[in-house]
Amino acid sequence: MSIMEYNGGSVIAMVGKGCVAIGSDLRLGNQALTVATNFEKVFPVTDRIYLGMSGLATDVATLREQFRFRVNMYQIKEERDIEPEAFAHLVSSTLYERRFGPYFIEPVIGGLWKTQGGEYKPYIAAADLIGCLNFAKDFVVAGTASEKLFGVAEGLWEPDLEPEDLFETISQTLMNGVDRDAYSGWGAIIHIVTPDKVVTRTLKGRMD
Amino acid sequence: MNTFVNQFSTSSALSVIKKAQAVTDDDEEFSDAAWGSEAGFGSLAKGVPSFSVPAVQDPTSFLRLHTDDHADPNCRIKIQHGTTTLAFRFQGGVIVAVDSRATAGSYIASGTVKKVIEINPYLLGTMAGGAADCQYWETYLGIQCRLHELRNRERISVAAASKYLSNLVYGYKGMGLSMGTMICGWDKTGPAVFYVDSDGSRLKGDLFSVGSGSTFAYGVLDQGYRWDLTDEEAQELGRRSIYAAGHRDAFSGNTCNLYHVKEDGWRFIGNYDITKMHYDGPGDVPGSTKVAYGYDVRVEGRTSSNPPVAAAA
Repeated sequence: MSIMEYNGGSVIAMVGKGCVAIGSDLRLGNQALTVATNFEKVFPVTDRIYLGMSGLATDVATLREQFRFRVNMYQIKEERDIEPEAFAHLVSSTLYERRFGPYFIEPVIGGLWKTQGGEYKPYIAAADLIGCLNFAKDFVVAGTASEKLFGVAEGLWEPDLEPEDLFETISQTLMNGVDRDAYSGWGAIIHIVTPDKVVTRTLKGRMD
Repeated sequence: MNTFVNQFSTSSALSVIKKAQAVTDDDEEFSDAAWGSEAGFGSLAKGVPSFSVPAVQDPTSFLRLHTDDHADPNCRIKIQHGTTTLAFRFQGGVIVAVDSRATAGSYIASGTVKKVIEINPYLLGTMAGGAADCQYWETYLGIQCRLHELRNRERISVAAASKYLSNLVYGYKGMGLSMGTMICGWDKTGPAVFYVDSDGSRLKGDLFSVGSGSTFAYGVLDQGYRWDLTDEEAQELGRRSIYAAGHRDAFSGNTCNLYHVKEDGWRFIGNYDITKMHYDGPGDVPGSTKVAYGYDVRVEGRTSSNPPVAAAA
């Protein structure tokens, strides 16, 4: 029995043209038993950063609050919103703090960062359960369906997708990926982050 | 030699094989290898098929070392395990319903597996555990049932057929066969269901469910089961039970295959997508209430914790 597979679930993030997409499935299980089909694994951090976590559900809930606390403290001290890169390092060091007794989650970060010129550029990152950061230029995945998601994403993703096309790409990747995984699925949720708005959509997925 | 004595004196395996060889004397010029393999069905008239065995000290434990995924989840050979199958007897015959998912670990290897094995027009077998074991031995059982018909000018009873299979797999006990099956059919005694597994259990009963999703199926089945169910009600109950298992059990799902056995043999009723049943119900089929099976679909807008989509937005 693997702790990382105890509750099931998967997350994915993708880079588009001036936008990012991040999404998760909605299953919460107890091994083979599906307990709930409305368990979201992606949470807003700022107006332009989302954090997804797959792995042990109790740690997902704990770390969501932990990160909310630390981001609030950062923003009170700095008197500004946290940038995606700084947040990624905050996640990394929070996880490494528990190097010898880790939280059993794999984080996925998707956000937009403001350049000197004032335009927004996409940023995604992922880490393992003790905080080894992986900055990817295209897409990142985590969770029980990660292998399947890698496969589909490798086939569907292309550079410079507009928000609508990126939504289609990440949705197809997530839905088709989790449909080959016994522990993920039962519906999905996608957030498309653009400079002026975030569009959130829940997807009707296979319910078995 | 007194052929009469020879025929009735003993029922030992040797004499059975001798008899079979006498019957099929004319294909003696071919060796077993000429049929392609020693275990091939072509040579079955000569007795129970034989299998090649790995050249190691203890073949049984060698096989277990590489296939037992409880002991070692990373073992090389993974055998299909997750399943939901059910069969029940009622006034109008036997309902057999199964899912169609095959998993290898957490990977969904297939969503279109046929888990009902059509042994002959009056007998059905279900597949749970090792897919190859069920498929091979139930096909083999079909051959033996046909031979029984030829020899005795009478169809084999479900009790006899299931006992043949049970005795057969018991002979391989401890060697790694994995099957949990229901042998269902209609014979002189009426509708019959027998549960047979590779441990050697053989149980007669009205209602069985086998596999990782069986607890979910039993939940719906027990709640809705009566002897005097109509044909339509019974078919709906089978469908609804497999849906419940497909929805809740990670290792069951994709589609439901439904069969109905009556006095004149079995009939395939249909193939139903589990997700379609969740969102829309089984469609316009006999027994259907035309209401979606999914809990959150049925109660949408009826509780404050599950508001209608329009209100939530």
